[in-house]
Amino acid sequence: MLADFRRWALNDDAGSRRQAAWGRRYRIWLALKGNPLAMLGLAIILACVVLAALAPVLAPYDPTVQELTDRLAKPSAAHLLGTDELGRDILSRLLYGGRVTLGMVIAVVVLVAPLGLAVGTVAGFFGGWVDTCLMRVTDVFLAFPRLILALAFVAALSPGVESTILAIALTAWPPYARIARAETLTIRHADFIEAAAMTGASPWRIVARHVAPLCVPSLIVRVTLDMSSIIITAASLGFLGMGAQPPSPEWGAMIATAKRFILDQYWVALAPCVAILMISLAFNFLGDGLRDVLDPKQS
Amino acid sequence: MIPKLKSFGSMLSSVLVTLLGLAIVTFMIGRVMPVDPVLAAVGDNAPESVVLQARADMGLDDPLIVQFWHYLVQLAHGDFGRSVLTHNEVASDIAHYFPATMELATVALILAAVIGVPLGIWAAVRQGSITDQVIRVLCLTGHSVPVFVLALVGLLIFYVFLDIVPGPGRQDIIYEGMIPSVTGFLTIDTILAGDAGAFWDAVHHMALPVCILSYFSMAYITRMTRAFMLGALKGEYIVAARAKGLSLWAVVLGHAFPNVAVQLITVLALTYAGLLEGAVVTETVFAWPGLGQYLTNSLMNGDMNPVVGTTLLIGCVYVGLNLLADLLYRVFDPRVK
Repeated sequence: MLADFRRWALNDDAGSRRQAAWGRRYRIWLALKGNPLAMLGLAIILACVVLAALAPVLAPYDPTVQELTDRLAKPSAAHLLGTDELGRDILSRLLYGGRVTLGMVIAVVVLVAPLGLAVGTVAGFFGGWVDTCLMRVTDVFLAFPRLILALAFVAALSPGVESTILAIALTAWPPYARIARAETLTIRHADFIEAAAMTGASPWRIVARHVAPLCVPSLIVRVTLDMSSIIITAASLGFLGMGAQPPSPEWGAMIATAKRFILDQYWVALAPCVAILMISLAFNFLGDGLRDVLDPKQS
Repeated sequence: MIPKLKSFGSMLSSVLVTLLGLAIVTFMIGRVMPVDPVLAAVGDNAPESVVLQARADMGLDDPLIVQFWHYLVQLAHGDFGRSVLTHNEVASDIAHYFPATMELATVALILAAVIGVPLGIWAAVRQGSITDQVIRVLCLTGHSVPVFVLALVGLLIFYVFLDIVPGPGRQDIIYEGMIPSVTGFLTIDTILAGDAGAFWDAVHHMALPVCILSYFSMAYITRMTRAFMLGALKGEYIVAARAKGLSLWAVVLGHAFPNVAVQLITVLALTYAGLLEGAVVTETVFAWPGLGQYLTNSLMNGDMNPVVGTTLLIGCVYVGLNLLADLLYRVFDPRVK
């Protein structure tokens, strides 16, 4: 079965578009498989996704139930990672917190990647005043450090998960637009674009069907590398009290409350710290590997 | 000469447009805020007529475009309004807090460059070796840890367990208010005051936050240096220089590095801007009385004038640094001419 697929995908005389596409994907996978750091990253990400998805099944306790007689307990058989200042089980909160973090990251990417792609390809393809206007707007948003602008937006909108997502999305799209524009500029005068235009395709159709798909690989690399920065920004907002609000088990917010006990009960803060480090390191490993495979000119 | 002037003019106009954009964005942030500035000024229990009067006095009944014009005129006068929390002019608050942040960021940048650039060169020369891999993981880790996690871990290790650094803050209580503020940089002010004890105290307090910030930014500097050096080392003139019999390091430092130095200036300027952002979070952990703490305190209390002022200032610094990097690039890189 697998051997069949392998032979079919790696066949140099692909009989159909589908076969050629799968052949490309399979080659990328093979190249990625040769990079141990990237595979480690991928494994950690998959593990985190599974753990977060199965949190209701795996978590030994309800993440919001307080047990005030058992507060700030050391890690033990009953509470594998100990309990926090309200006696809540840290392991359970960590698992549920994964859902909050991953959910926020996915929401941001879903909002941002298509927006950046659209702005960048339209600016690059049409050029002229469209390009100038769109890129000026992009420059304005690039002129703030991400966290500062996000903080100001959240302060204006009122703190919470939704405003965190919106604020990060507002600050995260310009680099995608820049990359998509750069890619578009390199292929704008290619023969196949001219050919499509000559057969009567409208400019919008060319942008959507011929230009945008070619920008996707660089965007995927950028998204993967950006994931850790999004996670860190979300956690920083939570840490500064402007992100997800208690009792939400968001990791940054957990660290913010645990900060008060760090001198005596350091394990309360340690668990979410390690969680953030692991997931963002994993995304960076994978992104680095993907860049080597998908975008050889940059490595 | 003419094309050069022209490109300078277009650069200047693009900076002006960006600054106008900054003003629009901060104006919007100030406008969509949930806290009503009128109620903040007259209090919750003010009668209807007073509220309406205050609204008119504050110009909130004017069309948006007129309000924006007033906002621009205020900014041009360096007037960011008054902070509800500290009762001071935001501009004077910022002047008071900004040097503390700059001191932190500047020292961190110097340290990060001094360590990061050689590490990047080393990794590039030994590409693919164990050294390269170790440096790569070290950098990716620095890139992946939120700076507040680094700060907390640092505090835990060096303050709690080892007890070799002083606690939070910028100076010891006994030196508080003893040093006249001339530049706002405590290390320089203590030297000017000739107080060696206070100087070492300031250096001591700075050590941990600076180390943490520089690790945070070193990751980026090292990665970029490595990437640039790899590009430079592929050049034919490198092969030629080696073939002539020059030693490896003579070629690397004498021939390849000068070519990437210009690109590194841009990286350093961007890193400095990133450090300002990192400083915001670090300052809350170390109770460092800088712009970051001012910003977060104001955020917590819904005090929007300082938030808008600080955001605008950091945005302007960001734009200024980018412009500076651009100009340096033009001055030092003969190819641009």
